[in-house]
Amino acid sequence: MVGQRGWRFRLIVALFLAPSLIPLIMFLIVPMLASVGLSFASWDLLTHPRWVGTANYRGLVHDGEFHAALLHTLYFVAGYLPLVFCGGLLLALALHQRLKGVAWLRTLYFLPVVTSWVVVALVWKWLLNPQYGIVNRLLGFVGVQGPGWWLDPHWAMPSIILASAWKDIGFTMVIFLAGLQAIPEEYYEAASLDGAGRWSRFRNITFPLLSPASFFVVVISLINNVQVFDQVWVMTQGGPAGSTSVVVQQIVQNAFSFGRMGYAAAMSWVLFGVILVITVVQLRLQKRWVVYA
Amino acid sequence: MKRLICAVTAAVVALGVVVGAAFAKQAAPASTKTVTVSYFTFSAAPDHLNTLKALIQIFEKKHPNIQISFQTAPYSDYFTKLQTQIAGGQAPDTFELDYGTFYGYATSGALMNLSKVAKTDPTFKPAIYYPKAYQAFSVGKTQFGLPESFSDVLLFYNKDLFKAAGVPFPTSKWTWKDEMAAAKKLTNASKGVWGDYQPIQFYEFYKVLAQNGGAFFNAKKTKATFDSPAGIAALDWLLSKPGTVMPTQEQQGGLADDAMFKLGKFAMWHNGIWQFSAMKDTTFQWDVVVEPAGKVKANHFFADTVVASSKTAHPKEAWEWLKFLAGSHDSVKARVGSSWELAPVQDKAAFSAYLKQRPPVNRQAVLDALNNPVLTPTIKSEAQLQDIVGKALQKAQLGQVSAAQALHDAATQVNQLLVASG
Repeated sequence: MVGQRGWRFRLIVALFLAPSLIPLIMFLIVPMLASVGLSFASWDLLTHPRWVGTANYRGLVHDGEFHAALLHTLYFVAGYLPLVFCGGLLLALALHQRLKGVAWLRTLYFLPVVTSWVVVALVWKWLLNPQYGIVNRLLGFVGVQGPGWWLDPHWAMPSIILASAWKDIGFTMVIFLAGLQAIPEEYYEAASLDGAGRWSRFRNITFPLLSPASFFVVVISLINNVQVFDQVWVMTQGGPAGSTSVVVQQIVQNAFSFGRMGYAAAMSWVLFGVILVITVVQLRLQKRWVVYA
Repeated sequence: MKRLICAVTAAVVALGVVVGAAFAKQAAPASTKTVTVSYFTFSAAPDHLNTLKALIQIFEKKHPNIQISFQTAPYSDYFTKLQTQIAGGQAPDTFELDYGTFYGYATSGALMNLSKVAKTDPTFKPAIYYPKAYQAFSVGKTQFGLPESFSDVLLFYNKDLFKAAGVPFPTSKWTWKDEMAAAKKLTNASKGVWGDYQPIQFYEFYKVLAQNGGAFFNAKKTKATFDSPAGIAALDWLLSKPGTVMPTQEQQGGLADDAMFKLGKFAMWHNGIWQFSAMKDTTFQWDVVVEPAGKVKANHFFADTVVASSKTAHPKEAWEWLKFLAGSHDSVKARVGSSWELAPVQDKAAFSAYLKQRPPVNRQAVLDALNNPVLTPTIKSEAQLQDIVGKALQKAQLGQVSAAQALHDAATQVNQLLVASG
């Protein structure tokens, strides 16, 4: 038996893996490793890379723009995560019923998820246009003077958060829907017989049994959205006056506009570290609250 | 994760290409027969491809041993592509740069030294160029580029709005005061008509700074001096417009200023001569005039240049192509004929055709503006410089800080940048 799992077997496995393994190594693993080296160099693309030791990382410690971008990124995530989590959960609960046209509604809510970010961001830019946008027009009808949205430094990040939550809410909804469908109907029946009310059933059955889905939503959303970029780039380009600059935007700007490839690579690895720490902490904490039925 | 990986991948693929290129030694072909010179351009596509193709035909007829192959990219992607090609050892033999990016390329060693070739070429006469344009593309005493085209900025005005308000048309004798007085009379905010439009950004700032008698850097370019009293007053002049004679960013609501001028929403508009063709079919009459003076007159002078790569295998042929492209009578004539920017040469015959075109009537202002040119302040880290100053101007415009504070903070950052980038 052991002999069958020898080199011959491994060769066959490697052969079948090759079509995806070779591009993965060429375009992902090797570049990632090379970028570690690059983060210790100064390179403007025009002249040869120059080894600078840890200067890039030391520079980041004193870079006010980078710190501001980190804070803005955290601000974005702090605003975005509760919205998609609660919004997605509520939507899933609402659409988990046997209603007429529910499949159609689910599709409708999922549609923004598969739409290009550029399109969504442009549409939201027009919706939230302070002068000509429909949102401020509607606010005007009820006597509220709408804010300057993405043109106002205090409202620019909330504008981006709003657009992002709208786009991604369908994704969390689908995860939660799948979670809901995995909860056996009998639990609810038993609880009802024991006289449990709606809220009590949600608190003691639905929410705990949904915790694997909740955990997945939180982990994935954090990993993806600490890297927020597209919507920022289209809606504000980090403005006005730098009030929405985020880390990935700083990376792109430093690499391709300022010609500071090494510095941008160092930023990427710091961001990688931040994401890694957040995710490891979450994996550790999950034991305390995630229930696998 | 995907985005991060993408950015990292892009960086490293480029690195890999460099390494690869270092190994692949160029096998120089014996250039006995036809030589192909590559050319990379942002200004030709999409509107002037036919003109470029026609020029290439003329050139190839005159130089049967040289063939030109060209590629184009839009300005917004051009420099990323160019950098990657240079980094990958695949630099085009000849390419375009604008004045803002030229200095960085010239000082990095990516460009061919043209002074050397020029010395050995008796047919080359630098005197055909407008001197300021020729000097603009040298570093120290070394020439790295030939001036290909130029443009400047003028005061556009809507004649119909002036007539309706009973305000006399602007003249070249105007100062900032005259402009403001007229702008106030022309503004009718309730109708959405504004007297003036001058964006608050890097390019406008360094120009009004010059109009106010200030300088951006000290003479040796070792220190930023734009936070001087002249600079603060210049920025205050720009800041006095939004909300009074010009829409604030919120009032403008993200509409482009050229669209608003075209809609007849601005009586005066500071913009470049590249807008002439876009404004050909307005429903109102308009004209241009040299911009009003502050303490002195100062006008933007923007120029593009054609350069050769320091790594080109065909320096002589590349030089012939550059000479033809920038300054030959054929090229100047073709450009004027197709309204493809103006060549900075002293070619009166070609210019007379340009001056006869309408609108605007006062095309002479395009040439008059050249009497007081102010060039873009350039350093090696140009994009960072513009980012720092641009952000400071935005902060001042949003009222987050005073003009003095904004400029002081920006000058401090720029000084650090000057030290860091040498």
